[in-house]
Amino acid sequence: MTTRPLPRDTGAMRRTIALFVLLALLCLPWADIAIHTLAPGRELGRLAQGLLWPQWPTTRTLGEAIAATLAFAFQGVALGAVAGFGLALIYRRRAVRWLAASLRAVHELFWALLFIQLFGLSTLAGVLAIAVPYAGIFAKVYGELFEETDPAPRQALPTNASRLSSLMFTTLPQAWPNLAAYTRYRLECGIRSSAVLGFIGLPTLGYHLESLLRQGFYAEAAPFFYALLILIATQHRWCRGWMIPALLLAALWWLPPVAPVNASLIWQFLTYDIVPAPLRSGVDAWPWLADLWQSQLWPGLVNTLVLAILSLVVMGLLGVMLFPSVSRLFGNRWTRGLSHGVLVVLRSLPEYLLAFIALILLGPSMLPAIIALGLHNGAIIAHLIGQYSNTLVLRDDAARGVNRYFFEVLPRQFRLFLAFSLYRFETVIRETAILGMLGIPTLGFFIDSAFAEFRFDRAVLLLVASAILNIGVDGFARRIRRRLHLQQQVQVC
Amino acid sequence: MTGFRLQQAALTVSGRTVLHDLDLNIRSGERVALLGESGAGKTTLLRALREQQTSQVAWCPQQPGLVPVLSVFHNLYMGRLDHYATAYNLLNLIRPAPARRREVTELANRLGLGDRLWAPVEQLSGGQQSRVNLGRALYQQRPVFIGDEPVSAIDERQGDDLLALVCEQHETVVLALHNIDQALTHCNRIIGIRDGRVAFDRPSDQLTSTDIKPLYPSDVS
Repeated sequence: MTTRPLPRDTGAMRRTIALFVLLALLCLPWADIAIHTLAPGRELGRLAQGLLWPQWPTTRTLGEAIAATLAFAFQGVALGAVAGFGLALIYRRRAVRWLAASLRAVHELFWALLFIQLFGLSTLAGVLAIAVPYAGIFAKVYGELFEETDPAPRQALPTNASRLSSLMFTTLPQAWPNLAAYTRYRLECGIRSSAVLGFIGLPTLGYHLESLLRQGFYAEAAPFFYALLILIATQHRWCRGWMIPALLLAALWWLPPVAPVNASLIWQFLTYDIVPAPLRSGVDAWPWLADLWQSQLWPGLVNTLVLAILSLVVMGLLGVMLFPSVSRLFGNRWTRGLSHGVLVVLRSLPEYLLAFIALILLGPSMLPAIIALGLHNGAIIAHLIGQYSNTLVLRDDAARGVNRYFFEVLPRQFRLFLAFSLYRFETVIRETAILGMLGIPTLGFFIDSAFAEFRFDRAVLLLVASAILNIGVDGFARRIRRRLHLQQQVQVC
Repeated sequence: MTGFRLQQAALTVSGRTVLHDLDLNIRSGERVALLGESGAGKTTLLRALREQQTSQVAWCPQQPGLVPVLSVFHNLYMGRLDHYATAYNLLNLIRPAPARRREVTELANRLGLGDRLWAPVEQLSGGQQSRVNLGRALYQQRPVFIGDEPVSAIDERQGDDLLALVCEQHETVVLALHNIDQALTHCNRIIGIRDGRVAFDRPSDQLTSTDIKPLYPSDVS
């Protein structure tokens, strides 16, 4: 009790929260949050019925979908990890940081839309769609892990030791446990990403889910739903040790990452198709750009931000409300077990799938997207804070119940909550853009339409805009974290 | 009835017996000091006493367990969380009621913390934090006070003042202390603990330094 902790500005934290809530309230008038279906309750009933009484597909169909999901995930994550590792070694360079930031600023699904233009609906397109953004993420995380290692062993080496031996003997062994844990965690995210790629036609679990759910065949969709849930929820049990290389080899054998490469088509795409139309025909580009700005870019940006901020606030609310349900400081073994199960389901299912289901139930508006993003990310936050709260030691005479929550636990966990929420902001904005592909007019909606109309010049420009938005939001969240001295290292996708 | 009684008791901490053959009877109105080396089992004994009647005891543990981001006011207020309705507590968390503000300000002045009332306790020094801890126990306003080294991080003069306040406001007082002078000044019964047993149990006016010295064998001075 001799050292005085750094004085921290609790007022600044309160102001940050107030700022976000205020922004969310200002966003409300611009947000379309109506329910457009006639009987959402009945539809939900049918969905529940379907989940309770699933109709089994042939083992072959289900097995192939699972195998494809795993194959894309393993190959994509492995390639991303290797490339990211290479980039991490030179992560000190500014150009590399920018490259990594722009690779991860574009969502897997957008990368998939691009690669499908180049390589058709092939394994290679799917693998690259995961590998490219993941390489950007791995470069950043590995790079930061390397930077955090203790420099003393490195400095103690003989001066003429090569960089490679210095890496292998000092930096890598120190960073290895975190590096391996993070890579394994990313594999879980990879399975989610791979499943979602099915929504645009790759043969993973998402492919069947999309077509069956869209037609209202809930009982037929249920087995695919359960398969995805079980794959992700049990991933940490079977995906370790020698299983990882074995599964990677099996994945390469099952779906070799090849594609029919048509060099002239690729060349045309890169040098002609994505060049803005007026430049191609040599006319003034301004009217084209102004029109694109007014009809797509600006509304897309506004809707993306509105949706992201609303989702962020819903996520935060759900996070603080739900974490006591899994904390050992509250409830009993049964309530905790039940809540834990619910959170695992919400955490395991990709936001995209949750939004798709909510969209079927509620009709096309921002509401399904807010619910999906809020539930998925809120469940992650609740899980993390719940875990951390188990390390708190309260006094023997500490209050119980609601008093305990508001006086003892929430104030102590508040900084952590804020740190986690700001870390999730970048994820939320990435996902928000992508949910446009479900018909909510965020940037993804316009990107998807541009691809559908073969207007690749527009698509690429909109993609660049969404990447810039992501990088901007990331920088903004980082600045707030620094201002509030929230430098917790948390790596969650 | 606010007394305590232990008969032929053995107290254990995670399976290890810390205190043997305890025969102890503390009557209402007594002011008891526990003396003994650190690790002798004073904390364990205090815990066991508190568990006999938790609702009667104002508890002042050695580890303050304050909430760092909350203000001095709120950490003091927490002493009476069980006294008010939850909704009222939450109101006071956001905007303290004038009556509570007056009460707590008065207490904070008494603790010498009047000027830091709205500072988060994480900005306080160790000594100030331990005064908040003591203040929280005082604010509980219960008949019995049990304190584990409540003034060990506070300078002696102020510590004496606060111990006097504790004795004045509580019917029964049980303290673990390491300052022998403070024990003799403020308590009328001293229990010495050594080797897991009660070494002596006497009124403080019958105590001599030859009784106390063997309690601290590792003390070279």
